[in-house]
Amino acid sequence: MKIAVCIKQVVTREWQLRVNEPKTWIRDQDASFELNEPDAYALEEALRQKEKHGGEVVVVSAGPARATQVLREALARGADRAIHVESDTLAAADALVIADALACAIREEKFDLVLTGLQSDDQGFGQVGVVLAEKLGMPSASIIMEVQASESGLRVKRELEAGWFQWISLPLPALLTIQSGINQLRYATLKGIMAAKKKEIRKVTASGSAAPAQKILRVYFPEKGKKTQMIPGSATEAAKALVQKLRDEARVIA
Amino acid sequence: MILVIAEQREGKLNRASWEAMAAAQQAGGPVKVALLGSGDEPLAAELAAAEAAEVIVVDAAALGEYTADGQVAALAILIEQEQPGHVFFAHTYQTRDFAPVLATRLGRSLITDVTAIRQESGAMVFVRPVFQGKLNADVTAEGPAPHLVTIQIGAYRGDAAVRGASPAAIRKVEIAVDAAAVRQKPEAPFKEAKQAVDLSQAERIVAIGRGIKGQEHLKLAEDLAKAMGAEIAASRPICDSGWLPMDRQIGSSGQTVAPKLYVALGISGAIQHLVGMKGSKTIVAINKDPEAPIFEIADFGIAGDLFEVVPAMIAELNK
Ligand SMILES: Cc1cc2nc3c(=O)[nH]c(=O)nc-3n(C[C@H](O)[C@H](O)[C@H](O)COP(=O)(O)OP(=O)(O)OC[C@H]3O[C@@H](n4cnc5c(N)ncnc54)[C@H](O)[C@@H]3O)c2cc1C
Ligand SMILES: Nc1ncnc2c1ncn2[C@@H]1O[C@H](COP(=O)(O)O)[C@@H](O)[C@H]1O
Repeated sequence: MKIAVCIKQVVTREWQLRVNEPKTWIRDQDASFELNEPDAYALEEALRQKEKHGGEVVVVSAGPARATQVLREALARGADRAIHVESDTLAAADALVIADALACAIREEKFDLVLTGLQSDDQGFGQVGVVLAEKLGMPSASIIMEVQASESGLRVKRELEAGWFQWISLPLPALLTIQSGINQLRYATLKGIMAAKKKEIRKVTASGSAAPAQKILRVYFPEKGKKTQMIPGSATEAAKALVQKLRDEARVIA
Repeated sequence: MILVIAEQREGKLNRASWEAMAAAQQAGGPVKVALLGSGDEPLAAELAAAEAAEVIVVDAAALGEYTADGQVAALAILIEQEQPGHVFFAHTYQTRDFAPVLATRLGRSLITDVTAIRQESGAMVFVRPVFQGKLNADVTAEGPAPHLVTIQIGAYRGDAAVRGASPAAIRKVEIAVDAAAVRQKPEAPFKEAKQAVDLSQAERIVAIGRGIKGQEHLKLAEDLAKAMGAEIAASRPICDSGWLPMDRQIGSSGQTVAPKLYVALGISGAIQHLVGMKGSKTIVAINKDPEAPIFEIADFGIAGDLFEVVPAMIAELNK
């Protein structure tokens, strides 16, 4: 089975966000970056399917030069080769534009299965995978927690709300958006890291033609709505004051 | 005109449909509501209570069970016929599954997870969270109408949807959906059998997030829970890592709880977590990042290191 996994590079969760000067995005020159979390699970699932059914796992990322970091990491974890759709503007583009660029880069490869994460930690559209499916003319299913593949197609477990699930069958080729927790992740070994150095990262220029579908006017820190009582002081003082408040003010503990 | 797409499963309206309705009414202009399915007259009557120009019912056998392809095929035709300026959906898992396909097929903009709407120089400006709720973005839709918009769960109150003086007219629309063209074949929804814990009955909950760092630190949270007489729960990443079973997960894909006391330790406060616990009576957040979104809904907050604060709390409680 020939499998593509779309992976996005996002700023690390620990990085203290700073807004750029036109206040339209973050100032990420000095940020640290990592692989978008659900995409790591998508990659792991692709590797497991390959172990079962044979074939090839190709990772694809659209973004600036720094995105090679996550592609290398994926190669070290076991992906066979990588495609980098290199473009500075794609770093903060909307879902339609990103999906269009990805579709142009992988259409000719005729993948049997395309996996993406269900949502990115930065833009959080929850769209790129599903839009890509439509662009590639594939059926899709989203928020997937288990994949059973066979010659005739896929049977996948979709997560519904509030602890419900549902099995769905669909023919190949198809696209799935993968939910975190579908499997247990493996990490790169030293051997994997060495092997990754010899693997191909093919750079392609973004050839998509989609017009933007969304414009960001400004980004800003949310205003604090509810009147939160922030308890000051050292850890010990604050802990003491909090316990007292929970006992005497809120009366929620004995 | 704003066309609101209501959502139903097994003959029951999703409550979030009323939230999308409230958002549409508050955005201004006439509102119509559409319901897709098979044999849903009672639900149409329920929706007709809303202050709306009309309720449109698309009744087709191929829409009886939800599939992305069926939904997209029917809605593409309906939207073509009705020519709305905007189409509003609740940002449910079902909407996530098909709305991006619909937008792409129509060649229209889709703005997801909207928490507020403003008018600025004649255009609708949508507020949506980015970076897991740490920042908000004000965005506009580009390109020709209709623009598709999904409304975040809980951002609007369903009971704020205005009810009409008399029931809205119900109109049935025939749309042929070719069942053979539907590529997804769904089976019946189910719940995992091993759900052992019912946290909805707990009076107090101590919930841990990724800030707990490692499985070996679980004991610290358990000690606090014991000292408070609380149940232990967690955010999704903790259950994903297998540190706690899935039935301890709070949030949109886990349990929804409303205890007297909810203590969030090292939880950032992503919306998918908040929807599962924001009904709690007293919310305490302990997080080393003073900007963490969890503080927006907390009653009491300590901006500090949980590894210093929690032992001190346990000591105080056990005095
Ligand atoms: C469709 C969908 C469904 C989802 N369903 C759920 C769900 O049901 N439940 C759920 O929880 N999530 C769910 N999520 C995931 C959700 O979006 C977040 O990723 C998740 O809730 C984050 O968990 P967290 O707060 O534990 O981790 P993080 O966001 O990584 O936050 C960790 C926090 O710990 C703090 N911290 C770190 N060290 C310390 C310390 N020493 N002391 C104090 N604080 C510290 C940090 O400042 C940070 O705020 C879902 C996502 C999607 C897309
Ligand atoms: N620039 C990108 N390059 C590769 N994959 C991406 C990119 N942006 C988004 N994706 C994929 O699409 C998924 C959903 O992203 P989003 O629609 O931004 O929430 C992510 O989890 C990735 O798998």
